[in-house]
Amino acid sequence: MAVSARRVATRRISNVIFVAFCCLFTVLALTALAAILYSLIVQGLGGMNLDVFTKDTPAAGTAGGLRNAIVGSILMASLGMVIALAVGIMAGTWLAEYAGESQFGNVVRFLNDVLLSAPSILVGLFVYYILVKPFGSFSGIAGGVALALLAAPVITRTTEDVLKLQPIAMRESGVALGSPVWHVIREILWRGSASGILTGALLAFARVSGETAPLLFTALGNQFMDWKHLGRAMTEPMASLPVVIFQDALTPYPDLNRLAWAGALLIAASVLAVTLIARAFAKESSRS
Amino acid sequence: MTLVDTLPNGLDVSIAKIDQSVVKLDVQNLDFFYGKNRSLKSVSIPFEANAVTALIGPSGCGKSTLLRTLNRMYALYPGQKATGKIMLDGEDILRPGVNLSMLRAKIGMVFQKPTPFPMSIFDNVAFGVRLYETLNKTDMAERVEESLRRAALWDEVKDKLQTSGLGLSGGQQQRLCVARCIAVKPEILLLDEPTSALDPISSAKLEETVTQLKNDYTIIIVTHNLGQAARVSKYTGFMYLGELVEFGETGEMFTRPVTTRGSDYITGRFG
Amino acid sequence: MSNALNAPPRRTTPRGFHIEPIFEMLCFAAATALLAALGGVLVSLVIGGWPALSKFGFGFITGVTWDPNPDHEVYGAAGPIIGTLITSAVALAMALPIAGGVAFFLVELCPPILRRPIGTAVELLAGIPSIVYGMWGLFVFAPLFAKNIEMPLMAAAPVGSVWETLFSGIPNGSGILAASIILAIMILPFMAATLRELLNTVPAQVRESAYGLGATTAEVVMSVTLPYVRRGAIGAVMLGLGRALGETMAVTFIIGNSHGFPKGLFDSGSTIASTIANEFNEASGLQSAALIALGLVLFVITFIVLALARLLLRNPAKV
Repeated sequence: MAVSARRVATRRISNVIFVAFCCLFTVLALTALAAILYSLIVQGLGGMNLDVFTKDTPAAGTAGGLRNAIVGSILMASLGMVIALAVGIMAGTWLAEYAGESQFGNVVRFLNDVLLSAPSILVGLFVYYILVKPFGSFSGIAGGVALALLAAPVITRTTEDVLKLQPIAMRESGVALGSPVWHVIREILWRGSASGILTGALLAFARVSGETAPLLFTALGNQFMDWKHLGRAMTEPMASLPVVIFQDALTPYPDLNRLAWAGALLIAASVLAVTLIARAFAKESSRS
Repeated sequence: MTLVDTLPNGLDVSIAKIDQSVVKLDVQNLDFFYGKNRSLKSVSIPFEANAVTALIGPSGCGKSTLLRTLNRMYALYPGQKATGKIMLDGEDILRPGVNLSMLRAKIGMVFQKPTPFPMSIFDNVAFGVRLYETLNKTDMAERVEESLRRAALWDEVKDKLQTSGLGLSGGQQQRLCVARCIAVKPEILLLDEPTSALDPISSAKLEETVTQLKNDYTIIIVTHNLGQAARVSKYTGFMYLGELVEFGETGEMFTRPVTTRGSDYITGRFG
Repeated sequence: MSNALNAPPRRTTPRGFHIEPIFEMLCFAAATALLAALGGVLVSLVIGGWPALSKFGFGFITGVTWDPNPDHEVYGAAGPIIGTLITSAVALAMALPIAGGVAFFLVELCPPILRRPIGTAVELLAGIPSIVYGMWGLFVFAPLFAKNIEMPLMAAAPVGSVWETLFSGIPNGSGILAASIILAIMILPFMAATLRELLNTVPAQVRESAYGLGATTAEVVMSVTLPYVRRGAIGAVMLGLGRALGETMAVTFIIGNSHGFPKGLFDSGSTIASTIANEFNEASGLQSAALIALGLVLFVITFIVLALARLLLRNPAKV
């Protein structure tokens, strides 16, 4: 059968159209994303000065900075990460080492995946119910717990994945020496997966440090910070960068808007930095 | 003395007897089950003290399974069970209540692929020792050095004991695993195809190590490599479909196999 | 041989065997805690939202009036629910072809030298906090959108035509369509990165044998690689949809936040998440219950979408 010239031409034209659209869409997407980064950098740098780091959040019309919000974010994210690491590593270990293909293991695996991408605002509502309403006050602790709930599934997932990458013979080698299984897990498997788990932890950290919605109903915000007693400050409402950005951006005051941009740049830059570090670790661990 | 039985189904079996006084480990009527699947069928095989016994046979014949019952590695997995007797120095190690840890201290195991732990070379070797003994620094250093020497690795690593064991070549890693085993002072070494993941030169070195160790340890080596079995072992057991078909002195077996299946395998007609 | 290995061993049983069950229990407890957290979210939403649900019944979902005025308090959530569904659907419709185009470009067309930088950039952008997208929408996008898109379209729409209805609203740059566009930009990097990862799992031989038969790029992508990862691709789309449905910050800034049933694309509206974010802290009593009931609706919608996505993503290659 002869090759129809017309069919070849149609195929070629449709291919050209396809390729053109792929290129066009890529350019379009990159332009939009570049535009966002451009505004972020220009506006953010415009609002950036030393006050941002040395002064607390201001009322409209007065000078101020983001110091308490930055510290609040760091405190709550740290608390969240500590909890999430403890729960996530243990849960991931259970899934990888003990659960096998059991029914319950599969349920946990599946629901952990769902929790991984559940709307963060709902997690905020849940924590409001268990930690804010009963104690009668918004608090940094509640904020930290909300962030922990968002970070833990990420760490669980990565821990399970990297533990499963280790050969079975590695576990058996430890057991063959007469070691208890948990000792093998702790001393050999966790150690061997450390950089992978760290990668997951950093990605989780990057994710939660930009979260706003769950903090609205848990940590709320606070113009002040009890600098002398940071522990007690955690039991009180606490400012965080994302929430301050949210509130300041929605005010009609240009100076607060500028501060919001500076905060947004700070968050985006730290998230990008953490992500880049995480990627470097991931590359490292895939090499060895 | 060798007994040749011809089974009712026309297949013949030949198990040589060994003087009981030199038997270190005596497997008697061992059956093994993966769930309902019976993968060892009343295997009886003696292992002579301070000698190398090779287990050969086609893939899936049960030789690795047999090895994994000897240190009760299978106990890690629910659903796997062994029945019969395995006598070690007059005690049945399949009996419930055996202290698995102490058993495994006596019986070391090296796996198919090298499994260096993610820690320094020194810590790799010390890992097992630390489980059982509290040694002072000098004693531990001495123990590590001697273990590495016996595994013929000392000269290659003595200047980098604190670097990661993962940085060694495959052959060195495997000898590190041997050193890690003998540091615990085992009496028996189980080697599960220890050279199958190594290049020919590394394999030769490891074989040499095994040869050097054979007077001090009861060694049981599973191998696909008939030449290797012939070179290192004193006895050879040929397994097929979960049964021990032929067992005898290696020289005899490789030159004059008694059973049809054994001679077919050794002359390369299947496997 | 006189050495350390010859003396008979003096061993003691390793310590720590009694910790074995404790350790396993701890791991099990942590896994159960995660399960409990998800269960807790559901239970707290049901309990908290019950007063509103029991009072308004099915009308809570179908009603279009959301009025917290204490004198004639009534909560019908059709506005936010429809707002959520419309913005997510429109965002998905816009983001999907573009994300697909980016992924195909990166896998099939991109010059090797650009592949890594663009790929990395897309992945990094997927991690930028959504509040940044929201702010950009409010400060940069909205004014431009109002001036260059909304005004001309409203002016051009013939009176009495369907276009007039579609383009009705206040041309201030915020509204349903603007929010959808911002959402689309937000989920774009995520979807593109996931799709690219999926396409990269197609074995080289499969693609090469198609090219070897003389297929064009379009044919290879459309009839070989894309069908190869069909299940996974649908999963990735659903995950993107899940993100859009639950997104709070990118939307709240720019949707206009009115509770009515949106009448046109430029009309202001609300989503479930934006309504909760805006009102929850000031709410009490029935309003608070209504907001939580709204959260329950969102939970159910996203749970279904995410569950489907995960089931499909589990085995990307299978049909």
